[in-house]
Amino acid sequence: MASGTTEFVVRRNPEMGPGGTLVASPTAPFDAPEPELGSETMLVNVGPQHPATHGVLRLVVELDGETVVSVVPRLGYLHSSFEKLGEYRTWNQIVPLTDRMDYLAPLIYNCAYVMAVEKLMGIEVTERCKVARVICMEMDRIFSHLLWLGTWSIDVGAFTPFLYAFQQREKVYKLHEALTGARITTSATRIGGMMADLPEGWAKGVGEFADNLPATLDEIDALLTCNAIHIGRTQGIGAISAEEAVNHGLTGANLRASGVPYDVRKDRPYYDYESYDFEVPIGCHGDCYDRYLVRMEEMRQSVRILHQALERLPGGPMDVEDPRISLPSKTDCMSDMESMIHHFKLITDGIPAPAGDCWFSVEGSKGELGMYVVGDGGPKPVRWRIRPPSFVNLSAIPRLSEGHLMADLIVINASLDIVLGEIDR
Amino acid sequence: MTPDSSSGGPFSGFDLVAAGPEGPREDAGAGSRERSVAPGNPTVTALRARFPDAFVRNEICAGDEDVVYVDPERVGAILGWLREDPDQHYDHLADVTAVDHGGGRPLEVVYQLWSIPHRSALRVKCELPLDALEVESVTGIWAGADWLEREVYDLFGITFRGHPDPRRILMPENYAEGHPLRKDFPLRGRFSRAEQTRRALTQNPEDHYAPGEIAERAPQVVDPADPGAGEGEGVG
Repeated sequence: MASGTTEFVVRRNPEMGPGGTLVASPTAPFDAPEPELGSETMLVNVGPQHPATHGVLRLVVELDGETVVSVVPRLGYLHSSFEKLGEYRTWNQIVPLTDRMDYLAPLIYNCAYVMAVEKLMGIEVTERCKVARVICMEMDRIFSHLLWLGTWSIDVGAFTPFLYAFQQREKVYKLHEALTGARITTSATRIGGMMADLPEGWAKGVGEFADNLPATLDEIDALLTCNAIHIGRTQGIGAISAEEAVNHGLTGANLRASGVPYDVRKDRPYYDYESYDFEVPIGCHGDCYDRYLVRMEEMRQSVRILHQALERLPGGPMDVEDPRISLPSKTDCMSDMESMIHHFKLITDGIPAPAGDCWFSVEGSKGELGMYVVGDGGPKPVRWRIRPPSFVNLSAIPRLSEGHLMADLIVINASLDIVLGEIDR
Repeated sequence: MTPDSSSGGPFSGFDLVAAGPEGPREDAGAGSRERSVAPGNPTVTALRARFPDAFVRNEICAGDEDVVYVDPERVGAILGWLREDPDQHYDHLADVTAVDHGGGRPLEVVYQLWSIPHRSALRVKCELPLDALEVESVTGIWAGADWLEREVYDLFGITFRGHPDPRRILMPENYAEGHPLRKDFPLRGRFSRAEQTRRALTQNPEDHYAPGEIAERAPQVVDPADPGAGEGEGVG
């Protein structure tokens, strides 16, 4: 067949030759220029009810073929108005609202909130309480990262790590239940202490969990870290430079994967974190694969902190010995008139906090979790603001995913480790 | 397994940074560590010297938190200077929020700044009278301010001049009851429960999936003094 002729073979179906060239087609000669197809971008709605959006997140995606042109996240499907509700509750009554925000790491939220209020009130909690809260927070950091690891591996097409991770999560659920009676809605902290002292044998249970976790992590490591499919799906996907990551307000593992060693536990230490021996893993490419590596290593570092905290867990009282804050014992209330009145007043009136405002941030599992509380001298906050780490992290998703494929958008979303309860609040 | 051997998995071949609070940080001199605990915060002093007419007052809250009140007209210039000046370098905008103290008092816009290299924090506030709820957007300085400012607009009704996408973010775009975190907003909303249900049931699902989503839309502003004004329009 010489070029330039109009001779062509008509077949029922177009066939592909080597290299994907069109050999023959019922409508167009193979050597004629490809027809100018009217090309337009397509809007695809992802979510809000889809497992790959990790909650009720809705992404309106503009696609050119399979390439993402723009992403517009739509939020608010889980908006619960926690900050408004907080203004109608006493300081202690807000605690149950906090764990409903990040149900993947409820104890970190419980602790962060009371730590901010305690700072506003000028309360120094007991040594035992400090170490107990460090144990709670590190345990829940692992708890949250394990869920991220499981759902992340499903999003890149691996199912087994999900099961391994959830076996370990179940142990933390049981520890939550032993500590507070609830598996997710823990509400474990109170201003000036915890809801109760640690139950007998609980610290030993945490120790066993910390002992067994690295073996599971090694197994998942072996399944994913050098897995060609996993590497192909994640390396070079959703990369962001250190400067841009800081500019977009990214925190937590997402920021550290870009090489910025900002960790609130190291940079603004609270609860003697400076005296614990642990390291902050950082990545150097800022892509999805580095975020995976950083979180895997963070779990191992949390195990180290857990071991050290369990070792130094002191005896003594859990709550501060301050009658303005701590409730009298149940026995006293039942036998002593003044104690009963005192108990009644503390419960019905609430604890007054001084006028003023206070910002306190901790290193949450998703990033820098800030609590901003404003008091006016009364028992209720004027304003209670949560600096939501995944809200700010998610705001970078248009920047991270534009130009990538639709399938990569799912991986990028998984790599950010978001929780919608906290984004929508 | 001992705590030490758990520190590195079989494949963790990447950098570990152990820089504690005393550890080295290239661009932070020895003196910069003291700045956040020193009684006179050098940033506050420098800010007062640089912007004498825009500096309103400063205070220390909760023991060690420096708060600076500035003129709302100059917020963009001041925050830009705090971000760019090498001695300040507040490169991490942790939070933008607002506080309504109620009783007709001005609304406060609160910026929480953190300098990663200098390890110091600063809270910048500006007070907006209720009849002029407008302030310059800082999205040009920190890209991370985008959603935070949208949230402040959504929940408080403060307009950010020059924001690239000034829409509501948590509440629906056609939400007609006002701005929920204002003190004059009742906990259950401005409309009756029956009216809220009617609006929810008569919403057109098509509204949520239209191609116009990508395009910019003018924000719907409801006059809080006259909440009934939005009653007849829109959603039905």
